[in-house]
Parts: sequence; C-alpha cells; structure tokens
Amino acid sequence: MITKRIIPCLDMTEGKVVKGIQFVNFRDAGDPVVLAKQYDKQGADELVFLDITATTENRNILLDVVKRTAQSISIPFSVGGGIRSVEDMRLVLENGADKVAVNTGAFNNPRLITDCANYFGSQCVVLSLDARQVKKGRWNVFINGGTTDTGVSAIKWAKKAVSLGAGEILLTSIDTDGMKKGFDVELTKIVSKNVNVPIIASGGAGKIKDFYEIFEKGKADAALAASLFHFGDLTIKKVKNYLKDRNIPVRI
Amino acid sequence: MIVIVDYGLGNLGSVKNTLYKLGISSMISKSKGDIEKADALILPGVGSAKQGMENLKTQCLDKVLINEIKKGKPFLGICLGMQLLFSESEEGNVQCLNVINGKVKKFDSGLKVPQIGWNSVKQKIKTNLFKNISSRSSFYFVNSYYCSPDDKSLIIGETEYDVNFCSVLIKDNIVATQFHPEKSGQIGQQFIKNWIKLI
Repeated sequence: MITKRIIPCLDMTEGKVVKGIQFVNFRDAGDPVVLAKQYDKQGADELVFLDITATTENRNILLDVVKRTAQSISIPFSVGGGIRSVEDMRLVLENGADKVAVNTGAFNNPRLITDCANYFGSQCVVLSLDARQVKKGRWNVFINGGTTDTGVSAIKWAKKAVSLGAGEILLTSIDTDGMKKGFDVELTKIVSKNVNVPIIASGGAGKIKDFYEIFEKGKADAALAASLFHFGDLTIKKVKNYLKDRNIPVRI
Repeated sequence: MIVIVDYGLGNLGSVKNTLYKLGISSMISKSKGDIEKADALILPGVGSAKQGMENLKTQCLDKVLINEIKKGKPFLGICLGMQLLFSESEEGNVQCLNVINGKVKKFDSGLKVPQIGWNSVKQKIKTNLFKNISSRSSFYFVNSYYCSPDDKSLIIGETEYDVNFCSVLIKDNIVATQFHPEKSGQIGQQFIKNWIKLI
C-alpha cells in the first residue's frame, strides 16, 4: 500500500534556509546541507528545496547548493524557484534533483509544463501553486513569491496544469503559511478532488494533529512542513508514529 | 567499472551519488566503447518511454545495449530503464528494446496517477538480491506505467497500487526494478549493494 509522505521543506534565499510567515518576515534556519542530512536520517520521505527569491530577484536558482544537498541525501529531492525553461529544468536535474517545481514561470508560460513533461516525463514536473482565499469558496493563484494576485481561480489553474502535464501539485496556502494553526483543509480537499495527481499540502502545520487532519479530511497525499521541523518543535518520527497509531499508512 | 548509460534522460547523477556513497566507482557515459568495456551496466530512468527510445536510437545505443545484454553482461534497469527493456509501451505506443517479452501498461484505476511515494515490495522469491531486506519493505516509486512480463516466473517482487504489478524482476543477467533504489534510503542502498555482490 502506498504511504502518506511527510516532507520537510527548505525555503532558501542567499544560500541559507529561511522561514517566513505568510511569505514575509524571514528567519534564518541554518545550513541546507546539514538540515537535509538530518532529515534524511530522521525518516523524511522526501525533501523539497525552494529558492523563494529567485523569481523576484530575476536570477537563476542556486545550482551549487542544489548539488551539495543532493549529494548528501538518499531520498527523493524536489527543487523549485525561478524555473523558466526546459534548459533551467535540465540544469536542476543534472545537479541531482529528481523533480522540479514550476510556479510563476509556468503560470506566465503554460507551455513550459507541456515541454518539460514531454521531455522528462510528467512525474518529474511538480506544479507549485500558491493560493489565497479571496472570498468564501474562492481561492486565487498568486505568483511572484505570493506578491501578485493573478485573478485566476486556483482550482481552474490546477486542472489546466494537470491537463498540460503536471504530475503532482505542491499546494501552498498563503493564508495558513507560517501561522502554525493547521493546514488549509478546505482548499486542499477541493483541489485534491478536482485533479487526479498527488497533492502535497503545504502551509500551516503547527501541531501533530494537523498532519492527521490534512490526510484524513484534506485528502492530501503528502504533507509539507518547514518551521516545525527546523526549529525542533516536532520530529518526523513523532509525526509518523502518531499517524500510524491512527491507521494512516506511513513509512516507519 | 560500472557504466551508467547516459541517454540524455534520467537522474544519472543520483545513481552515481549512491554508488559513490557505497564506495563503488562508476562512470556516466554514452560512448559505445565504454559500454562495451564495462563490467556492468545501469540504465536509469526518469522520463517518457517515447523520448527514451528516441534518444537511445539517435545515439545508436539501442543495438549496443541489446548486444551487451545478449552477451550476458550484468544489467540493472531502473524505472524507465526497466520499462525500455520490454517489447512495447503504452506510453506513446512505442516499440522498446524487446529483450523481455511483455507490455508496459498505464495504471488504469481510481487511484492517482502517477503513483508517487513509498510503497511496499512483497518478495515472491527468496534471492540474495533481498539479503538483509525484509519482505514488504518500502521503496520509492514514481510511475504512471508498469511492466507486465509475459513470463510471470521472472517476477521476484510485487507491489500493489490497485493492481498487483511487477516491481522487481530477474531474467538471466538482467535485474530490473520499477522503484528507485537510489532514492529509497538505506534499504535502497542495501538493494544496490546486494546487486553489486551478485555481479
């Protein structure tokens, strides 16, 4: 039976791991390679690495950090931030990533998803979607590191991206990001129901029971968390044992 | 020397990293000479079957690989590298290398496709490939398609994703896995170590 994944996320800027609240107020969380190794040992199912300021600073992703991180771990590794072309994607893969997350670059040029999927396979293309609730029952896609409201419905974009070839969706709720009050169950559930690819829920994990809720009620396939693990509030092992006791399939 | 076959696709770096961690030297190459001289070959895989076959053919590597396999050289196919060994794939309806009779089929179920994540491998046959790995251990999978060999006796490991599918097989000098041992943590490293000992 396929297990639910617990994924620590390394949000990077200037070569350091940082963690913000609702995409601002970043706090230093340490060296990516050290953290990555630690999470691999602790039983993380995968690692996500996002260069969160690559797009807004209009530069390419930090390839040497990608490479050093990839070399230090033995679990799957997804990388995103500032990906605008098939060539960008190839470089990230060549430096040891297993999957590549596209966000603003794909929104501005949806063909990027199809081109990357045709070349590397859909399983390699993760749509990173940042959403914010604009009114009851309506979430919009935000791009440029969460700074720009596109006016497009998150559900509509998720469906379109999947039809173009995205193999997975990393769904971040800007509303819950860094707030530690739980994942956005409503948003995750509605997107998960509307597409047939795995959903990684992101933003808001604060307590151990939040993980249970996002799998049980939010229908997520994976749950991502950053500050909770970086600052030692919870360990991956504790989360997994808690889920296992509640009959959620996890890899122990 | 183990040669990781470079066909312009696949997570070649990950495979090399894992071997390096195990203290095994390897080289990534697309040269016919290197492939012919190699003690063993690994065909890794991330990508689409159609693009994979196209790249192998453009580089004239399809015939080289078939020859080396027929000569009995130890061969490990991973994920797409497993699927390309079969007769044909539903992914782009493409003819593959045809060294294993059978088809590569798309998951056709209520579950999400691709399958992404850790799933358990039930050991059907006791072999040294599974040394120090308990049955139903979890390995990392990323696939929308799975292999269905005509000869079911080749299947040594099986995994369930709505259907039971072949996740590991052995045919003479060929070992092939649908999962990514190079991404499956310590258990995956153990699997690769076991394969190295067999060759």
